[in-house]
Amino acid sequence: MTKKKQGNIVWNFFASVKLALFTLFTLAATSIIGTIIPQNEMASHYVHLYGQTTARIFQILSITNMYQSWWFRALLILFSTNLTICTIERLPNIWRVVTLDNLSTSISRLQKMAIRRVFKSGVNQEQTGLAVQKIMHQAGWQADQRARDEGTLFFSQKGAWTRLGVIMVHTSILTIFVGALIGKLYGFKAGVMLPEGSSTNIVYKSSGDHSPIPLGFTLRCNAFNLSYYDTGMPKEYRSDLTVSKNGKDLLSKSIVVNDPLQFGGLTFYQSSFQAIPGQFAASLTSKSTGAKQKFFLRYPTERARLWPAEKVRFGITDIAGPNMRQKYRYKIWFSDGKGSPSTFWIDQNHPVKIERPGNNYLLLVKPRFATGLQIAKDPGVWVVYIGCIMMILGLIIIFFMSHRRIWALVSENEGESSILLCGTSNKDKVGFEKVMTSLYKGFADSQFLRGEKHE
Amino acid sequence: MNSSQLLGITIFAYLLASILYIAIFIFRAKKLGVVASLVTVAAWLIQTAGIIMRWVESYKMGYGHAPLSNMYESLVFFAWAIAIIYLWIEWKFKNRLIGAFVVPFAFISMAYASFSTEFGRTIKPLVPALQSNWLIGHVVTCFIGYASFAIACGLGFMYILKDRREQAKKENKQKSDGLIDTLPQLRLIDDAIYKTIVFGFVWLSTGIIAGAIWANTAWGTYWSWDPKETWSLITWFVYASALHARFVRGWNGRRIAWIAILGFVSVIFTYYGVNFLLSGLHSYGSA
Ligand code: HEM
Repeated sequence: MTKKKQGNIVWNFFASVKLALFTLFTLAATSIIGTIIPQNEMASHYVHLYGQTTARIFQILSITNMYQSWWFRALLILFSTNLTICTIERLPNIWRVVTLDNLSTSISRLQKMAIRRVFKSGVNQEQTGLAVQKIMHQAGWQADQRARDEGTLFFSQKGAWTRLGVIMVHTSILTIFVGALIGKLYGFKAGVMLPEGSSTNIVYKSSGDHSPIPLGFTLRCNAFNLSYYDTGMPKEYRSDLTVSKNGKDLLSKSIVVNDPLQFGGLTFYQSSFQAIPGQFAASLTSKSTGAKQKFFLRYPTERARLWPAEKVRFGITDIAGPNMRQKYRYKIWFSDGKGSPSTFWIDQNHPVKIERPGNNYLLLVKPRFATGLQIAKDPGVWVVYIGCIMMILGLIIIFFMSHRRIWALVSENEGESSILLCGTSNKDKVGFEKVMTSLYKGFADSQFLRGEKHE
Repeated sequence: MNSSQLLGITIFAYLLASILYIAIFIFRAKKLGVVASLVTVAAWLIQTAGIIMRWVESYKMGYGHAPLSNMYESLVFFAWAIAIIYLWIEWKFKNRLIGAFVVPFAFISMAYASFSTEFGRTIKPLVPALQSNWLIGHVVTCFIGYASFAIACGLGFMYILKDRREQAKKENKQKSDGLIDTLPQLRLIDDAIYKTIVFGFVWLSTGIIAGAIWANTAWGTYWSWDPKETWSLITWFVYASALHARFVRGWNGRRIAWIAILGFVSVIFTYYGVNFLLSGLHSYGSA
């Protein structure tokens, strides 16, 4: 097998761990560039920062968008090719170790193992064999046996499958790459600014030409609320969203930054917000009828709004502010047809009771917001997650589990039977030595063997 | 007792522990061994109480969250993780000289957290982006990883010191019994370096993955190549190289010791450099 591969220079190149070390190092070193030079800024920004010539060089080498550049992708492709071929190259060997028939191990190998000990037995070979099996069983090692020329060989192993951990880790990296690729090919990132009270059935691609993408349903923003801690730090950005199709509401959810809305393979994330200049959201409650209504007002382009059911007319006639906490005051003109109209000032976000001759009202006025949503479609994300789980499990298998093998050769020589007990472990030699030591003790103390310990 | 008092005592307890461990090494004062260990255990217990108090206090202030949300709190946790992992190693390897090279890291982290002017120490509410259970998972896993790498780095220094000494001894054929000769055998240090790197690598991998999942629930992108993410990946590459160099090319000893030091430089940059020298999504540290 090695002969066949030897001829193939290309295969050997990609199967080499030297190349892996080179690629890992190069990836690490080049990745630094993009953390020092700002990415994806306007061309003029780079000219301003680094001067004309350097900016030009950056552009030619795609350093301003390096993680998506041809050469960085080429490195990632080299890395995954290397990993794939290296894994394929080693798979047969690993598989051979996993499925190895350890009862045919050559006796001379057993006699050379670093961890081994010889015991003399006072009973014949058959009885000794039974005793060996029993002691190993009591210590948790289920032994198989086979008659060999030199005597009876017992063998027991644990964790042969853990040899596959390396393959699991390496495959997990490839799996993550495949997931990322699926996301790149079949997914997209988009965004939309959605004013309170309005709806959309298209969103706009985040990259490239910002082309519109039809949703296939309608997304409405019922309200956007932001709240602050008393320290003035933002506490929550919350959008109340409703998904509808053909005029029928299908799903409503109020989303915050770490809790997006999912619908139809898309996920909608709370990403930003904006107060719409010159527009305001008012909610007005009539005390006598209990009716409540939302309005979007404009100032200065609109004088008054009508609430026909309550025969109310009201509007903003002046604005003052903002004050130190970025709050405004609004001057309201209000009429319900009974008595002369009222005019008064109210604070942003502060509900105010309006007392009128025949009725009372509750009014709250605030800016009208547009919520900034980010939309992601990523059919590859589950593949990525499966890769991540495989990686963690694989690392745990590799680092914290080992393949332990124990042999016992029972032989008879000139009427005296003896045991050669030996074992190996591919990892954690210290832990394995402890296991063997307690097994030695089991053998030495055994009343079945009735023999003295002998090295 | 409030949390800042407890954490204040912690700084000096780690300082005392560091001095004791260094004294054991320099003056061969083996008798101080138990005292040094006890002081470290006490420091760690006080610190644990301090961290819990801070958690409780944040709830009393009305915006309860785990104390892992800013530069100060993460440095405190870093020191905490170094101390507990060190104690475990001391117990496992039955050697206190390692303490002289490791416990000072816990002290430096606490002292820097407490006396730096670059960031605040008050309990602050969480901004919307940080309001996620992934915050705890991500920070805890990453910092356990960083703490093991800090220990690997300390062991790396220890290895190089000892190695230099052995080298000099070979050349001069001198036999005099110097201070450095009391350090554990190179083979044992090498083994400890390898084990701490492996331990850190598993946690760092988990931490990066937890961060990616969090980013995906918050922004819809599990990887965006922002400087913090990129630097954590660079660190991960460095340690992955170290593991391969060892497994496949048989690197050990001096070269792995240097990689342990280099890797920790990368950790420091991921942690400190990115927050204060670069800018990006993860700029919470500068708040
Ligand atoms: C950054 C990505 C990588 C990670 C996280 C990784 C992880 C690991 C780990 C943890 C081991 C230890 C296995 C053991 O204890 O036996 C290992 C071994 C190994 N890796 Fe990787 N690896 C990566 C990339 C690569 C690449 C690109 C190659 C390509 C040649 C490669 C080739 C090997 C080989 C040949 C072994 C030894 C396998 C054996 O013992 O049979 N690795 N890898």
